[in-house]
Amino acid sequence: MNDARILAWVLADPSRAAQLRPHQWTAMLTIAQAERLLGTLAHRLAGLDVPETAARVLDRARRAAETDRRQALWEAEMARQALAPLGLPVLLLKGTAYLAAGMDAGRGRLVGDLDILVPRERMDDAEAALLAAGWEWVKQDDYDDAYYRDHMHELPPLIHKARDRMIDVHHTILPLTARARPNAAALIADAVDLGNGLSTLCPEDMVIHAVLHLFADGDLSGGLRNLWDIDRMLREFAERDGFWDRLLARSRHHKVTVYVSRALRLAHHIFETPVDRYLAWQGRRGDLFYTGRLLARNGWGQDTAKLLRFAFYLRSHWIRMPPLMLARHLFTKWRKGHQPIR
Amino acid sequence: MMRAFSVQVGPFGFRVGSAWSGPIRALDWLYAEYPKPVDGIPDFTVRLEPVSTLRRWVRPSVAIRGDFMLPDAVPTSLAHGLLAAEMAMNLQVAMGERRFLLLHASSVERDGRVLLMTGESGSGKSTLSALLGEKGWRFMGDEFALIEPETGLAFPFPRPVSLKNAAVAEMLRHVAADRLGPEMLGTPKGDIRHLKPPVEAIRRMGESGKPALLLFPRFGLSRDVRPVPPSEVFVRLTQASTNYTMLGERGFEALTNLVQGIPACAIDYPDTETALALVDELWSGLA
Repeated sequence: MNDARILAWVLADPSRAAQLRPHQWTAMLTIAQAERLLGTLAHRLAGLDVPETAARVLDRARRAAETDRRQALWEAEMARQALAPLGLPVLLLKGTAYLAAGMDAGRGRLVGDLDILVPRERMDDAEAALLAAGWEWVKQDDYDDAYYRDHMHELPPLIHKARDRMIDVHHTILPLTARARPNAAALIADAVDLGNGLSTLCPEDMVIHAVLHLFADGDLSGGLRNLWDIDRMLREFAERDGFWDRLLARSRHHKVTVYVSRALRLAHHIFETPVDRYLAWQGRRGDLFYTGRLLARNGWGQDTAKLLRFAFYLRSHWIRMPPLMLARHLFTKWRKGHQPIR
Repeated sequence: MMRAFSVQVGPFGFRVGSAWSGPIRALDWLYAEYPKPVDGIPDFTVRLEPVSTLRRWVRPSVAIRGDFMLPDAVPTSLAHGLLAAEMAMNLQVAMGERRFLLLHASSVERDGRVLLMTGESGSGKSTLSALLGEKGWRFMGDEFALIEPETGLAFPFPRPVSLKNAAVAEMLRHVAADRLGPEMLGTPKGDIRHLKPPVEAIRRMGESGKPALLLFPRFGLSRDVRPVPPSEVFVRLTQASTNYTMLGERGFEALTNLVQGIPACAIDYPDTETALALVDELWSGLA
C-alpha cells in the first residue's frame, strides 16, 4: 500500500489507528502533512490512544490549525468591515466558510486565502474598497492581469500589506472559459446569512463549488483534501430531509451533474461516504485515473505517478479554455519562460 | 530508492531520506552517539532529492524537501549534502514547532541555570557555546533555544555545532580532531565543519534549565559590555524567534516573562579568551 490510502482509511474510521505499526504511523503523518490534512487527522484522532510521538506531531498540527482558524476568521471580519460601506455582504467561499459556519469540514482544516463571492457588476466597487483598506496587487505582469480580468472568475489576487494575507474576490465559481457555466446569480440569491454580516452559499451550492474546484478547475493538486471537504459536507447535510433531491436538482440547474456524480463515487470509494446511488450513477467512466491521481503520494511524502500527474496537468488547461485560446496562452507563457509548478 | 537515517535530538525525532548514500553515511557518523526516535516515529521528515532525474547522476544537485519547505530554497551540491541535511532539519523545527517558543540562540547550562546567547551569523554565539561546553558548562545547543511557555524553562536541542571559517581552527585548539566532521569548503555559509557535542550533552538532552542570563555577543570588536534594556531585548528576540507570531498570545507571554525575568548584556570581544573571561565575570555577578 504505497499510496495515500492509509491516510484515507484512518480518516474514514479513526479507531483503525489502533492497528497501525510505527512505520505506518510515520507514513500516514508524513502523507497527511503533505496533503495539508494533518490538522484534520489530529481532530479525528482526538481522545484516542495514540503513541507518544504521534500525539506530539498531532498536537502541533492542532495548534497550527487553531492559529489558522483565528487568522482566517479575522480576515473575514476585516473584509466585512472594508466592504460594509458598499452595502455588500461578505459571501464566504471554501475553507473560511466552513469555519465561519462551524461545519465539520472546518475542523482542523488549514485555510490559506480568503475567498469571497461578489456580484460581477459590483467587482469594481469591491476592488476599490479593498485597495482603500490596505490590500494591494501581488506583483505580476500585464498579461496575467489582463488574463484574470478577461477570462477568470476572480480578480487578480490581492494581499494585505500589513497582515500579508491574500484575498480572492470571485464573481462566480468557475473560469469564464470553462465548459460549464454555473448560475452565479442563483449562487448569490440563495446564500445563507450567518447573522454577523457574513454569509455562505446554501449547502447544495457549497458541495457543488467544492466539486467544481476539484474537477473542473485545476490539476487535482491538493485534491484529497478537497474530496475530504466533500465527504464531510455530504455526511453533515445528508441528515437534512430531502438533501439528495435538492443536490440533484441544483446540479442539473448549474449543468454540472456529471462532476457531482463523480465526486460522490470517489468520496464513497476513498472515504466510504454514504451517497445517493441514483445521483452517484450519472457520470462517465475513468474513476480509476482520478483515484490514482488523488492518492499519488508515498510514505516519504513524495509525489508519485508522475505521468498521471502530468496528464491531469494537461487536462487542467484543456478543460479551462477552448483549443485556440489554449494555444495562444501556452505560447505566451512559453515565450516568457514559464515553468509549470510541480 | 531512498536511503534512510533517523535520530532523536532533544524533544524532536527526525527521519532523513536521501537519493544518495553520501549524506546518510555522514549523518550516521555525526550522530553515532544519539538515540533513535522515541516509539520509532519521527516528528519530522526531511528529503534530499535530485533537482531533476539527470542531476542525480550528472553534477548531482541536492534539493531540500520535507514536511516543511521553502519555495525558493537554493539547491546545494552533493559535496555539501550533509549541510543540506542539517539545514533541512533546522527548517522543519523553525517552521513546524508550535509547543516551544524557538529562539535563534545558543545555550549552555551550569547548576541548573542557563546562559542564552543570541546574535547575527558571525557573532560567535555558536563557537562560544561549543567552547563553554568544553569548559565545565553543559552544552545545550548552538542553533535553537527552546523555551516552554508554561514553565519558562529552556530545553536543549544539542545538535552538532556548525563551525564556520576561522572558528574551525579556533576549536581545534580545544578539542580532539576526531570529533570534527568532514570539511565542506565554499558553501553558501563559508567553510564549514561540524563538531560532535560532548557525550554528556547528548546523554542529558532531555534535561531543562532555568534561564538566568542573556548575552548578545559580537566578535571582532574591542572589549565592551553594555546592559540592554528589556524593551530592546524584547524586540530583538521577536526577530530572533522563528515561531513567535505563530504562537500568538502564548508566544507573547513566554517572551515577556523571559525578558522581564533575566538580565541581558551586549558583549563585544576581540578574541575567545576575552569572551570567556567576560562570561565568567557576568555569570559570577548574578545574584
